[in-house]
Amino acid sequence: MKEVYVVGIGITKFSRLEYPLIEIAAYPSIMAMKDCGLSSVDHVYVANMGGSRLSHQTALGSALVDHLSLYPAGAETIENGPASGASAIKQGYMAVASGVHDVVMVTGVERMREANSLEATDFVASLAHPLAEQIYGVTLPSMAGMFTRLYMNKYGVTSKHLAMVAIKNHDNAMFNPNAHLRMPITMEGILTGPEASTNNPFVADPLRFFDMCPVSDGGACLILATKEVAKKSKRPMIRLAGVGQATDTHCVHERENPTDLPAVRGAAEKCFKMAGFKAKDVDVAELHDAFTILEIVESEEVGFFKKGEGHLALEKGYTSLKGKLPINPSGGLKAKGHPVGATGVGQAHEIVTQLRGEAGERQVKDAKTGFTCNFGGFGNNVVALAFQKEK
Amino acid sequence: MAIELEQLLRPVDNPVPPFTPKFVTLANGEEMVIRQIDREDIPALLPHVAPLIQVERDYYDIVSARLYAELLGFYRHRVQDEYVLVAQIDGHLAAIVNGRLLNPDVGVSYHTLALRRGLRIGAHAFAAKMEYHIDTMKQKEVLIVAESPIGFRRWMIEYQLEKRFNVAHELGGVPSYALTKKLFDKARDSLVVGRRPVPARLLEKACKAILPPTDPPKPPFDLLAATRAMYDSTGTALRASSQKLEGGKTK
Repeated sequence: MKEVYVVGIGITKFSRLEYPLIEIAAYPSIMAMKDCGLSSVDHVYVANMGGSRLSHQTALGSALVDHLSLYPAGAETIENGPASGASAIKQGYMAVASGVHDVVMVTGVERMREANSLEATDFVASLAHPLAEQIYGVTLPSMAGMFTRLYMNKYGVTSKHLAMVAIKNHDNAMFNPNAHLRMPITMEGILTGPEASTNNPFVADPLRFFDMCPVSDGGACLILATKEVAKKSKRPMIRLAGVGQATDTHCVHERENPTDLPAVRGAAEKCFKMAGFKAKDVDVAELHDAFTILEIVESEEVGFFKKGEGHLALEKGYTSLKGKLPINPSGGLKAKGHPVGATGVGQAHEIVTQLRGEAGERQVKDAKTGFTCNFGGFGNNVVALAFQKEK
Repeated sequence: MAIELEQLLRPVDNPVPPFTPKFVTLANGEEMVIRQIDREDIPALLPHVAPLIQVERDYYDIVSARLYAELLGFYRHRVQDEYVLVAQIDGHLAAIVNGRLLNPDVGVSYHTLALRRGLRIGAHAFAAKMEYHIDTMKQKEVLIVAESPIGFRRWMIEYQLEKRFNVAHELGGVPSYALTKKLFDKARDSLVVGRRPVPARLLEKACKAILPPTDPPKPPFDLLAATRAMYDSTGTALRASSQKLEGGKTK
């Protein structure tokens, strides 16, 4: 297999973007092409989950090729729920690694703010099992609430730990100009103060408002290429070193142990095996914290910390920007935002930015290896990516 | 003659008790003071409301245009029994709410304008307005409408307002909803917060001057985006201009 490099990156602000869906895809794509100095690609993969439902637009791969005059490049749209972004990167990786293509564009895009919060929640819930979950009114926040309650009972995670994740990621987002929620929050304001219960009401007990990611619009793009093309681009050599994917039961209640996320574990194991380094070697990570509990649990399942000890590492500050292993320096889904189809590409964009040393005030010192975990369904389809900086 | 005519044009306000200032700690730890302002303070508000008339998003344009007129009407004595409350963070204007008395038992809620978005700033200010009607002025109910989906969610859904569709609201003549004392009492624990008295340092800073909002809503960055998409549906010009400007290379 050929080695695969990230030669160009681009991203929009994750926020409310009052542009047509295809422009949200086009903007970061043009940025990425300018970043690497290329004006043509062999193939385009567009990651998107809700274009047909929320924006009444399908075939986004073809639309983006046309919008950017990239003909006759091949084009496809990749849909894998909230893991669509990393899935598209995986497709791009395979295309280059196999030798089929030399240069591919992977763009993730979503426009969700057009829908109101109830419609957006219902849209995301469409990934749940239609007969065993959806018809009972199960939504992602409700599943996360039940999951969190179990996790708290089993491992001693408290509301304070969840709030600590939110506060950390909001603080990180203050340094990210593309983040959706650029405002600090405090323990007094969201948990311990007299007004906290109104500022931060329960949404799905024990999860509160500030335990949830925002609904965002946004787009992000990576240009993947062979080593030969990467060298010519004269951008820092960032290798997409590992790709791992694993699945689990569609229904959460069919799992042997509902507090385990074996698909996260499996995806990370495959990814690290391919990359040739281990979890302990990772310098910076972006984990899929659609709910604050998920950052804690994923940090355990991918192997950064022992099972049930993620919250203890958080307490010790290991995962903060200046800690031993900074997690979600971008602000994560929690504060950077979660335009579902773009999220996985956005995570990869952050890691590449970190490894290039271009992250400004949120730069993780001497970062040479990075990792992303893009969590689809409620852990039923997970894609992990590992990146390595080369000289 | 002019003075006599002005006397005819000016309504005479009924005496009502003042709103006692309170403060709220927001999610970000900042302390927001909510207090009543006088007629002579209105000119300090108008320059901050006017620019929002250009913001279409979430109906800021309609709310701001109507609120501007209401504030001007209050300032120039053309509204009967109006009051205005402001929310300030570190002296900076964060929200404006206003309303008036329809009669001793029924109040009319006019507008809630958040000049800084998020953190429930508008929701806290609205709750203070309802508190003023129900607790301070002892009114039985307040007539309310929403001009934006966010308003509908915050007022009609969160407070579970009763329909008063037989009553046309003063804002556009649309059917009214009502917050009764019973509904307010039900929402009191979860939605109505704040502490009194306001510490002197906070109140003094708020009363000293109404400073400009720190992060007011703005129109979209690129107003022509939608138009461009309409007239350049293939994006060819967008791509060509990008290449021309940046000198794109081929691989």
